[in-house]
Amino acid sequence: MRAFVIAVFAFLYLPIALVVLFSFNAGHHASEFTGFSVQWYGKALSNPFLVEALKNSLFIATTSALLAAVFGTAAALGLARVGVRTRAIFDALLGAAIVVPGVVIGISTLVALVQLFAVVNPFLASIWPDDQPPRLSLGYGSIIAAHGLFSMALVTMIVGTRLGSLDRNLVEASSDLYATPLTTFRSIVLPQIMPAVVAGFLLAFTFSFDDFIIAFFVAGAQTTLPIYVFASIRRGVTPEINAIATIVLVASVLLVVLAQLQLRQRKPSN
Amino acid sequence: MRGNVLRKNLLTAMLLAPATAWLVVFLVLPFIAIAVFSVGERAPEGGYQAAFTLAQYANLPARATAFWNTMVLAPVGALACLLVAYPVAYYLALLAPQRWRLILLALVVIPFWTSLLMRTYAWMYILGGRGIPALLALAGIEDVRLINTPGAVLLGIVYGYLPLMILPIYVSLERLDRRLLEASADLGATPLATFLGVTLKLSLPGVMTGFSLVMILLLGEYLIPTLLGGGKVFFIGNALVDLFLQSRNWPFGSAIAITLVLVSVVVLIAANRISTRVSGARRVDLI
Repeated sequence: MRAFVIAVFAFLYLPIALVVLFSFNAGHHASEFTGFSVQWYGKALSNPFLVEALKNSLFIATTSALLAAVFGTAAALGLARVGVRTRAIFDALLGAAIVVPGVVIGISTLVALVQLFAVVNPFLASIWPDDQPPRLSLGYGSIIAAHGLFSMALVTMIVGTRLGSLDRNLVEASSDLYATPLTTFRSIVLPQIMPAVVAGFLLAFTFSFDDFIIAFFVAGAQTTLPIYVFASIRRGVTPEINAIATIVLVASVLLVVLAQLQLRQRKPSN
Repeated sequence: MRGNVLRKNLLTAMLLAPATAWLVVFLVLPFIAIAVFSVGERAPEGGYQAAFTLAQYANLPARATAFWNTMVLAPVGALACLLVAYPVAYYLALLAPQRWRLILLALVVIPFWTSLLMRTYAWMYILGGRGIPALLALAGIEDVRLINTPGAVLLGIVYGYLPLMILPIYVSLERLDRRLLEASADLGATPLATFLGVTLKLSLPGVMTGFSLVMILLLGEYLIPTLLGGGKVFFIGNALVDLFLQSRNWPFGSAIAITLVLVSVVVLIAANRISTRVSGARRVDLI
């Protein structure tokens, strides 16, 4: 059994290790390692299209994760105060937002937004005073919104779980000692749920930064890093892609490890 | 007193308002939109024309290959994941030394959150012409084709979804009351009988959660068949990308998407039924 488990872990990590190794290959070919070099990183980072895609991805991931962390935490706090029936409805919708395959989320958001724009744009044009009315179109906004759906559901669930295991005695003690609800929230509840909020933010960021399929449908004319990488892979595998893949893998691993450490932290330090 | 209650309700409403708006605008309305589209007609120039017809659904057999591939490879892939994942979850939950357990668990969680695109790309690199086939050629075995085959897609599926299968099984095994295992052995059950009658039965909620999650995500998979199947192994996900982004037949694509969601719901309900009937417990929640 131990041998099998070791083999499975090797299976999980060897392919990744190989990509990282060959991103430092001086030569062109995957079949032979001809020497150590960072030239592919230089090539990748001097490619203006790639840098543009990277910047877009960072912006989209940061914005959608921030919105998800704030709204998701608010929702978790709100859900702790509602009845069983309201809670069940929310749980079903949040579960759907997480479980429905990305391809369906991408398609339905695309269809809904295109219909919405078809109504809103002529209306904006008709009420706008001059000849240059703003035109809504697919782009940053639609990717952030679609990523935010999954991320917000994720944050709500993670923070909700943490709220469920909150020490009620501390909350009661605080109000017995005549603390206002706001003071209780700030000094008792918030410090206890903060690790969950941070973990939720980090996982939301990772999700958005890594997502290909949802963005593929709703990106419009914009490019994100996964969309750019997908397009280059289809043109042919190059060592440059190994370098980008390594950067993305290292970034995701760091974020996930940080998130896990936050979730493990049982007691706030003060 | 009444003012207090009112203020409390107002606060609850304010806390829930942004999430509600988001769920309605970006989940419920889009779903209604594709449901409406799926009973509509394709406009001559490729858009949507209002109608009420089941013609799009009647046309589903036109994509029979994609449905067939998905309906075969999704359950087979989920089953392959399960066979690899169960021993790993069992080891992590019941056998691994305490100080190793968390580290090993973290090593399972990390790939789960790492870009599927990059991880699938790694296999494209390994199975592609300059990877394993080139090494085999050095050893004298020529002309081995690994990439762009159903086998490569299956390998990619197991690689991509293994962590998602291990986690829920681990959770249900970890909760298992060890005294039951001892009791079973004390009563003279063989290790195999204990495994089948106690361990497997009680971990079934985790197995069913993992199986249904992996299966549902596979129903919508696009990257793995595209990159490792090279246009030879078409999934429903490929058909949807084609219909929405290339040939622009949105009503037909919507009918396929709705069908996909309905199949997913059936899978979820069946998984719940099976695990309730066998072990008396519902599926486990991952988060």
